[in-house]
Amino acid sequence: MNKILEAKNINKFFHDPVRIQVLEEVNFSINKGEFVSLTGKSGCGKSTLLYVLSTMDTDYDGTLLIDGEEMPKKNEPFLAKIRNEKIGFVFQFHYLLNEFNVLENVMLPGLKLNKHSREEVEHRAMEKLKILGIDQLALKKANHISGGEKQRVAIARALINDPHIIMGDEPTGNLDKKNSDLVFDIFNKLSNEFNQTLLIVTHDPSFAERTHRIIKMEDGKILPSDSIVLPMV
Amino acid sequence: MRTKLLISIAKSLLLARWKQTLVAAVGVTFSITMFITLLSFMSGLNDLLDGLILNRTAHIRIYNDIKPNANQPINNNTGYKNGHNFIGSIKSDASRQAIYNSAAIMDVLNKDPRVLGLSPKVTAQVFFNDGSIDITGSVFGINSTEESKLYHFDEYITSGNSADLNKVNNSIILGKGLAEKLLVGIGDAVQVTTSKGDRFQLKVVGTFQSGIKDFDNVQSYASLNTVQKILSVPKDYVTSIQVKLKDITQAPQMAKEYEKLFQTDAEDIQTANSQFETGSSIRTLISYAVGVTLLIVAGFGIYNILNMMIFEKMDSIAILKATGFSGNDVKKIFIYIAISIGFFGGILGLLFGFGLSATIDQIPFNTASLPTIKTYPINYNPKFYMIGITFSLITTYLAGWFPARKASKIDPVVIIRGK
Repeated sequence: MNKILEAKNINKFFHDPVRIQVLEEVNFSINKGEFVSLTGKSGCGKSTLLYVLSTMDTDYDGTLLIDGEEMPKKNEPFLAKIRNEKIGFVFQFHYLLNEFNVLENVMLPGLKLNKHSREEVEHRAMEKLKILGIDQLALKKANHISGGEKQRVAIARALINDPHIIMGDEPTGNLDKKNSDLVFDIFNKLSNEFNQTLLIVTHDPSFAERTHRIIKMEDGKILPSDSIVLPMV
Repeated sequence: MRTKLLISIAKSLLLARWKQTLVAAVGVTFSITMFITLLSFMSGLNDLLDGLILNRTAHIRIYNDIKPNANQPINNNTGYKNGHNFIGSIKSDASRQAIYNSAAIMDVLNKDPRVLGLSPKVTAQVFFNDGSIDITGSVFGINSTEESKLYHFDEYITSGNSADLNKVNNSIILGKGLAEKLLVGIGDAVQVTTSKGDRFQLKVVGTFQSGIKDFDNVQSYASLNTVQKILSVPKDYVTSIQVKLKDITQAPQMAKEYEKLFQTDAEDIQTANSQFETGSSIRTLISYAVGVTLLIVAGFGIYNILNMMIFEKMDSIAILKATGFSGNDVKKIFIYIAISIGFFGGILGLLFGFGLSATIDQIPFNTASLPTIKTYPINYNPKFYMIGITFSLITTYLAGWFPARKASKIDPVVIIRGK
């Protein structure tokens, strides 16, 4: 099995106002093509874990491997490059740049990667928008489209550099049922048709149940029993 | 490609807040405009005031000073060689004021490659007789062609023509004040009496106004020959030689050299007019201080606006960082914003500064003491424009640097989780 992401003995403390352990000996790995959901009650540390895994939070003990490569904690430009190239993000809020149109928002990480020419990046961005069924919005300003559409644009942006893994922090948390289902269907399609690896933090049980694997957390620890259970797809 | 991308992001952020950007840029434009205008005007004024004296003064003046002989007889007495001599009541030497061997000296000076030109001068102290009144004054014997070429003599002639000194025998150009006192005009004759008692009739061919009234009240010019005739001295009698150099800064050193070589006194312009240099440099210093202060104020404006922009754009910065832009990239974006405000504001400032200086240059400025000046003086030195744009870039860079650093340190996790 090809391990895309591996966490070894990850511990994390919050220091302010008092020292609290938020992550305790977290060990797990995600294989290529898996669609994993990370669930647990509010405050159990699931989002904290996601940000550690995303390389944005480097204040932890333990080892994080992405694509078999150990992530350094101090080298910020290197981590930025890893995020750009290997990780796609979808957050609870869309975080689109209002100064740009939809197409440009999707293109930005691709232009930053600087692997393809501008025309090529534009072509790829249009393709991603087509997969998500929002190519007709390409030239609209980012603040002129609906909430569900914005979240789909954010997914297209996450896909632009063909990342190894897509990480989501409550991507459906701010959407109504219809749009939630739409977003789930997109993730499912990406997983099934494009063999895309996904790690989604959610507290929505109906969303979690439909993923390939559920990692359940409680009080900063991963519950061992749940991580073996593979629910029916 | 990467820089291009960062610049295009900077541009979008700038244009999204174009009103604030405009205010910041107007601040820079205003301060650069004032900086350029102030310096051009102040420097024009400096040049004018310096020109009053410096243009008309020789870079090195070779003459014989009236002073006690440095080599007193007691120094030759070997018996007192090791002692220190105190001599009371020494009198200044009664040696003649003319320069010995002036023709040979002028020959040497003319061959010196560092010398731009020279003009010999004879000074005669005379009385101008007007009925029962005697007015003390002096007549300078000059070579009017050389004097005009080197020291802008014709610029100060208010009536008549300086060339007439050579054409008309026994002619004189009087100071304006002197002419008024003597009640004479062009074509009239004035009578002068030398200190030896000889009397001469001279024909007035012009008047001059130097801008310094005390001069105009007592001075007059005649040709070298005329003055030599008044003094009844031979053709090689010259009391001073005015030397103009190619490089004025060499004057002090060359004055010493000539002093030794010609066994005369030589005075350089820096020693003779040190007060003008001090005045100019202090005025320049004040202009720079005011200009830089204006720029610093504009810098604070940019600092504030960028700080606000960063506060507003926290989310955008967070997502840029999450999708792979490093802290350094974010910093660059904000520095590009600051520098482009500085650049475009600065360029506009240069244009407006030029316009305002040109306008001031057209304002009439008539003063009795400066006959050749018709409008306010402006110095269009490109140096000011270079300094202006450099300062504006440096100030805006510094003003942008602190907010940019703050933006680069934003932790995306805090912003994204904070929602």
